[in-house]
Amino acid sequence: MDTVLEMRSITKQFPRVLANDQVDFDLRHGEIHALVGENGSGKSTLMNILYGLYQSDGGEIIVRGQKVDINEPRVAIDLKIGMVFQHFMLVEPLTVAENIVLGSELRKGPFLDTKRAIQEVEELSQKYGLRIDPKAKIADLSVGLQQRVEILKALYRGAEILILDEPTAVLTPQEVEDLFKVLRALRAQGTSIVFITHKIKEVLSLSDRVSVLRRGKKIGTKATSETNEQDLAEMMVGRVVLFNVEKKPAEPGEDVLYLDRLSVKDQFGQVKVKEVELGVRSGEVLGIAGVEGNGQSELVEAIAGLRKTAGGRVFLNGQDITDWSPLKIKEAGFGYVPEDRHRRGLVLDYSVADNLILGFHGKKPHVRGGVWRDDKAIEENAEKLIEEYDIRPPVASQPARSLSGGNQQKIVVGREFTQDPSLLICAQPTRGVDVGAIEFIHKQVIAQRDRGAAVLLVSAELDEILSLSDRIAVMYNGQIVSVMSREEVTEHKLGFLMLGGRLEDYRAGEVNGHAE
Amino acid sequence: MQSRLKTIRWQGIATPLVAVFLALLVGAGFILFVGENPLTAYRILFMESLGSVRNIATTLQRATPLMFTGLAVAFAYRAGLFNIGAEGQLYMGAFAAAWVGFTFTALPRLIHLPLAILAGMIGGALWGAIPGFLKAKLGIHEVINTIMLNFIALYLTDWLATGPFHGGSWVPETARVSASAALARLYPPTRLSSGIYLALLAALIAYLILWKTKQGYELRAVGLNPQAAEYGGINVAKNTIIAMAISGALAGLAGTEQILGLHQRFIVRFSADLGFMGVAVALLGKNHPVGVLLAAILFGALQTGSAAMDRLTSVPRELITIIQALIIFFVAADYLIRRILRMKEEA
Ligand SMILES: Nc1ncnc2c1ncn2[C@@H]1O[C@H](COP(=O)(O)OP(=O)(O)O)[C@@H](O)[C@H]1O
Ligand SMILES: [Mg+2]
Repeated sequence: MDTVLEMRSITKQFPRVLANDQVDFDLRHGEIHALVGENGSGKSTLMNILYGLYQSDGGEIIVRGQKVDINEPRVAIDLKIGMVFQHFMLVEPLTVAENIVLGSELRKGPFLDTKRAIQEVEELSQKYGLRIDPKAKIADLSVGLQQRVEILKALYRGAEILILDEPTAVLTPQEVEDLFKVLRALRAQGTSIVFITHKIKEVLSLSDRVSVLRRGKKIGTKATSETNEQDLAEMMVGRVVLFNVEKKPAEPGEDVLYLDRLSVKDQFGQVKVKEVELGVRSGEVLGIAGVEGNGQSELVEAIAGLRKTAGGRVFLNGQDITDWSPLKIKEAGFGYVPEDRHRRGLVLDYSVADNLILGFHGKKPHVRGGVWRDDKAIEENAEKLIEEYDIRPPVASQPARSLSGGNQQKIVVGREFTQDPSLLICAQPTRGVDVGAIEFIHKQVIAQRDRGAAVLLVSAELDEILSLSDRIAVMYNGQIVSVMSREEVTEHKLGFLMLGGRLEDYRAGEVNGHAE
Repeated sequence: MQSRLKTIRWQGIATPLVAVFLALLVGAGFILFVGENPLTAYRILFMESLGSVRNIATTLQRATPLMFTGLAVAFAYRAGLFNIGAEGQLYMGAFAAAWVGFTFTALPRLIHLPLAILAGMIGGALWGAIPGFLKAKLGIHEVINTIMLNFIALYLTDWLATGPFHGGSWVPETARVSASAALARLYPPTRLSSGIYLALLAALIAYLILWKTKQGYELRAVGLNPQAAEYGGINVAKNTIIAMAISGALAGLAGTEQILGLHQRFIVRFSADLGFMGVAVALLGKNHPVGVLLAAILFGALQTGSAAMDRLTSVPRELITIIQALIIFFVAADYLIRRILRMKEEA
């Protein structure tokens, strides 16, 4: 295979960071080359340089054997390089076809030749097997389809080298599968693809080769077949990363949380949780698996007091806490890592220190005489938690907004876990979090369990559910379809139940040899 | 990272300064247009507003009510509320203070004056709490509520001062407040009153509440992210009402100061938009108490100097209104200015 692109010794200095430090990168004809690294490792910067959005401070770029000077995207496009950004650059009120041919010379008098545009887009979508309705308005399309339009746009401009910057970050699991199919098809037709991600699973299932960046430096390039999850994680983080949390067998006690036929409606009056009966015992992690949108969020918010119940009761340590205020529930021994840390878990414009007391800001020692903030105590609390939970950078006065996703999540985790709650709910605790931080958070969850907390874990990541839970419940269409011990569960079985299959049918299938 | 914080803080001050500078620059264009020398005109403006102790006193006298209304708007804004009802709250506070002032005339000064001030605060606080309550409990937007309550306050006090509490003269005003309820004049013959101390105290208290108390933590959290506040056990409805009541009390103090200090009686429609000017002052002061004080003084100075400029040059006093509007325009273009600064930083 011949090399279509080579970047040599690329260096880029931003005012305060060296984003790329003499990075070498090459792309072969018809390969999918994954570019991975934790957030801030310089992946986007490197590709923005290739696309002409940033100017490098050193190094050279060779495209198809020619040394080139890409000082603006126009040049990149002429070199048949296309880029799909994390944030799409589509004009929402316009149609798919109009967006794709935008900027081309496809005109009829002063106007766009709509008919030809539609025709050309149809041909293009035929050629690459990317199905799309050229007449649909962008605003009406799902995120996955909008991304497809971006890819078509690049192809329309003749891209033979396609760069995708974290394309899966905005997609649902099903959409990710579809995207992978598309990319494999493009590869088969000879397109060379750079695929940026920080998810190792995606690298392994899609790419031919993989390059790892860490803190702006290139750590290495390997054939995907010659590497594995462990190896890549180590290259990304710079130390050994444990995927399966080491844990001893659970020693469960009494029910700490008990839901008695709990029903919850969403804001539109739709019943989202239907008479759920469930107990979580002290000293165990109960994982709720399920495709998102099956009532998990409403269930958790009702327990937390953030959403009114529509029937049934919630008991915490034997006490009926149904529809109590969030503050009273918290004070009864409840810790909660919400699924959306930006919307719920943090006041992004507050400092790290102030976020580390959210919910406990009225308690000693943060308040003196019930009225005055004790800034010194708040600062000390922050210093302690920053140290214990390894929040970086370790600056208490910095706004939470300026931290990476993983470190923001450590603020929430640290704040909730340090209170030693008797019930702990962790909803999507590692969503959008770096590999290193995932490992850390998982360890902390198990530490809470071992301390005797009842942990309710809600996650869309099957791996997470499987590696942390002692018991696993599957939620489908507002109901808990079954609760199983960890030993009884396989990934396959979970997948079957999550999509609405019934346990009885699964067993029957197993007997007939269809399952596994 | 530290230096990034500093940049942000610096930008907070830079924007208003740039805005004032640009407004004066455009104003200079107007002055040239009417055939005067901008430097001369601006020198007169400066000398007549800040060039002598007496002029400074006049400037401060004009700035005092703006400090209160600016603080009122800024305080509500910190809790995520846009209080454009300061005008109505000011009238209600003013009337309450006047009523105590001309009714309980037998009280000794030590009791009468504080009582009248308290009445002014309560009048404003109640008038502010109503839209707070409507927002918190019924979800009706405070902008709509406060506008409507402005009209109600205006017509209600019109009627009170010309009807049941008409002072008897041919002018639409109440009786004089008794001397025991009047604020002292600090620098006669200017009408600067001891209300200015009250304004400084109010700014300090607003600062302490917002940044040094548990209550302030909750108010600002509600303003920045109500959903996270709710998650953190903060009662959003309660804090909305509290924020509007405190904001209303501050606006009420503006009216109180005008009544007990400047006019010493309630005059129908005395305010001439002091409440609305508060929005501009808060905006220019970046919703920070110290910024509000400085912005109020600037506006007070412009108003004081404009009379002299009108008298001594052929520049019309309306120029000052234009400059004030331009300042607000440029602050509102803050976003744009910040973009330019950031682009410079990155280049
Ligand atoms: N325009 C910019 N100005 C200043 N610093 C930047 C800019 N873009 C990125 N950075 C910094 O450069 C580093 C690398 O960022 P980036 O390339 O976006 O990483 P990644 O895409 O791997 O997450 C980060 O520390 C980031 O904060
Ligand atoms: Mg990136």
